[in-house]
Amino acid sequence: MNSNEKVRTPRLREPLTDTQTLLFISIGIFLVMYIGAILLLGGGFTKPQMFFDLLNDNAALIIIACALTVVMIGAGINISVGGVIGLTVMACAIFLNKTQVESTGLAICMTLLLALGIGLAFGIWQGLLVAYLDIQPFIVTLAGMFLARGLTTILSVNPVKATHEGFLAFAKLKVKISWLGYVAQNGNLIPAKIEIGAIVAVATVIVMFLILRYTRFGRSIYAIGGNRQSALMLGINVRRSVFWSYVISGLLSGLAGFVFLMHKPAGNANVAMRGEMDAIAASIIGGTLLTGGVGNVIGSFFGAMILATIQKIIALSPLNASWWQDMASGAMLAFFIVLQSVVLMRKNAAFKKKVQQTEDGPKNNNTEVKEGTS
Amino acid sequence: MEDGIVLTMRGISKSFPGVRALNEVDFTLRKGEIHALMGENGAGKSTLIKVLTGVYPMDEGEIYLDGHDGAVSIHSPQDAQSIGISTVYQEITLCPNLTVAENMFIGRTSDKLVHWKEYERRAAEILDNLGIPARPNQELSRCSLAVQQMVAIARAVDMKCKVLILDEPTSSLDDKEVAMLFGLMRDLKSRGVGIIFVTHFLEQVYEVSDRITVLRNGQLVGEFKVEDLPQVQLVAEMMGKSLDDLAELEQIGQKTGSSGECVYEAEQLSSSECRPFDFQIHRGEVNGFTGLLGSGRSESVRAIFGADHVTGGKVQVDGKDVHISKPHDAMINGIGYLPEDRKRDGIIADLSVRDNIILALQVIQGMNHPISKAKAEAFADEYIEALQIKTASKETPIKSLSGGNQQKVILARWLLTHPQYLILDEPTRGIDVGTKLEIQKLVLKLADEGMSITFISSEIEEMLRTCSRLIVMRDRKIVGELTGENLTEAQVMKTIAGGTQQ
Repeated sequence: MNSNEKVRTPRLREPLTDTQTLLFISIGIFLVMYIGAILLLGGGFTKPQMFFDLLNDNAALIIIACALTVVMIGAGINISVGGVIGLTVMACAIFLNKTQVESTGLAICMTLLLALGIGLAFGIWQGLLVAYLDIQPFIVTLAGMFLARGLTTILSVNPVKATHEGFLAFAKLKVKISWLGYVAQNGNLIPAKIEIGAIVAVATVIVMFLILRYTRFGRSIYAIGGNRQSALMLGINVRRSVFWSYVISGLLSGLAGFVFLMHKPAGNANVAMRGEMDAIAASIIGGTLLTGGVGNVIGSFFGAMILATIQKIIALSPLNASWWQDMASGAMLAFFIVLQSVVLMRKNAAFKKKVQQTEDGPKNNNTEVKEGTS
Repeated sequence: MEDGIVLTMRGISKSFPGVRALNEVDFTLRKGEIHALMGENGAGKSTLIKVLTGVYPMDEGEIYLDGHDGAVSIHSPQDAQSIGISTVYQEITLCPNLTVAENMFIGRTSDKLVHWKEYERRAAEILDNLGIPARPNQELSRCSLAVQQMVAIARAVDMKCKVLILDEPTSSLDDKEVAMLFGLMRDLKSRGVGIIFVTHFLEQVYEVSDRITVLRNGQLVGEFKVEDLPQVQLVAEMMGKSLDDLAELEQIGQKTGSSGECVYEAEQLSSSECRPFDFQIHRGEVNGFTGLLGSGRSESVRAIFGADHVTGGKVQVDGKDVHISKPHDAMINGIGYLPEDRKRDGIIADLSVRDNIILALQVIQGMNHPISKAKAEAFADEYIEALQIKTASKETPIKSLSGGNQQKVILARWLLTHPQYLILDEPTRGIDVGTKLEIQKLVLKLADEGMSITFISSEIEEMLRTCSRLIVMRDRKIVGELTGENLTEAQVMKTIAGGTQQ
């Protein structure tokens, strides 16, 4: 049909949306950094295992970055994710140590359900307060963070090491890919190893991407972040969508806690301290705007990987010290925000210019539009 | 229901606490007509629209819609949409970060999944069909305002609406965009959609409408065919004056003529909110800006004071070139401005009467030269006495004063700075008659003492009493200047209406 062709032709030259522009920036920067590290530092970076290590070590961060992204797209925030991880890890560690369940599989499943349950409880509670009582999400989740940290300490002041053998064996399971491995000095082939947590993290990113892109809920969240009032007028159930975004965010935090426990099977009051801040940084570096409506979990994945890569680079460089890592992360964040706003500004300026060229003449601007309630 | 009629509203009444916003209003919309709903601010237009779209429940009355037996009940905008009443508001109610196609379909289906291909194909068809210059997968924020407006209309039309309400759709569009929108409206009309067009712009009404319904103070004035209602009569109907009465009205009160040199002169002054205009005022003169609401009178004085973003023009104060781009510039050049929206731009609600009074003077002096407490007390006492401000004490927070007394405090704030040019935008709105008269007298007295004053009011009588020169605005342009014996209500209305008569 004629109109079908009309759809396809412009599709190719459609300018990038803000979400896409920012996503491409962060993917580009990640590639540049990683390739730069390979060329300049060499060593571990030349082996694929380095990439998988970054994934293995930062699986929890990637998951909570998704947890942050989903609420930030809806113009919210969730700073309780680090606290929820801490609480989940502690609760699960204690549960594993005390459980009487014989079957290893069942024990692991129950631990996972406990982790998800804790996350879900926080998500539902915070979602209700934010969506139905219109309380500032920052305040609600700040309270959630304090609550989670407090509960963690109540559960145990001292660090708790998970000693459940079945679980530890499960946590150590790794997918081995021999063709991505390397030959060690003694001549043995050491295959690339990927932890289950890393696979869960990547799966989470993919699932969240699909949810945000192809479900009514996902598009509603974008619409709400773009303009909440409009979203309401367009017939979107704003409260319900916002509520679900916090539920998902909480659930992902619980999942991240479980993944964290698999990576480091010990609970501690300081687990994932500052995790929410790293997750926010990852989301922003990945192109999610704090003002809402723009962002993408794939970007957040690369945001988390960029942060992880910086830290690795510094760890391998002569500047190896935690404050240098912090400063580099901070500098990167600042650099990104400036880069993003410059790119968006230039893009919008170019657009305005184009519009003005086509429509000159006096601009009949918005005047007195205050209609009283009459 | 009579043939060809798509919507009938009968005896609609709606009260808010203390106000009867609509009183037994009837409204009829036919198939394939553009029906303008006119009235001044507070006439009840937007209440009527909100009743029709289910935003407000009505107290009394019935609504009949073609294809429905008996009266329909509408409890929410969603209800209204589902029976075929769609509204496109003046502010775009779409999401800028989504694509055009998505904006047309989001929130309409109960499908859990989004079918992008399907959306884009259908959107392309509709856009093509209506001749809207947008691509389905274009981000909405990349479209001009007019196109965004049209996308909103396309969405409404695709939802099979029988009644399309356009609430001030043109107020943020430029002339070309308005023409595009009108093209679309005529197209929809020929397809049998009934369109209710709410606007402040008289000329636009005459350009596209078939019928006009006029409301005033919540009452129905009448329904007219456009050719039976000359523009000047429309203005008279909206204001509630018959032309014959007007001719007999006499001016009251004495005027202070302009004398002496030019205090303030602007050449091609423009701001983000108003078109370029020329203006000057002489020492001891009282002039006024008049026009219907939305004509740009407030925007013009805001440009003079630098309250909006000034985009161009030359300004002279006392014959010297000055640059006024923000209120502070205006203040140090001896200009004062009493804003229209007292609550938002005028009072600092939690500060005391005294602090509110000294605020402007303090700003002019600079924060490094604080006004001593003793001095502030003296100033406050002086003006509370002079303007007869009724307040428990000068320490009372201004928010606990009545509207009229709050206004006097703001007036005192500016008088304290001894401006040579004072702009009063609606100083008498919402205050009692006694205080109104006091303020009018004060304006004349100040002018007598040599102050130049611009006085804006919605009540023409009041302006005729105080001003010796009236600048008449329509559609954000100055369309006339009246002095001397031309200062009559009839003449003001003729000038506001312009065009068709004379």
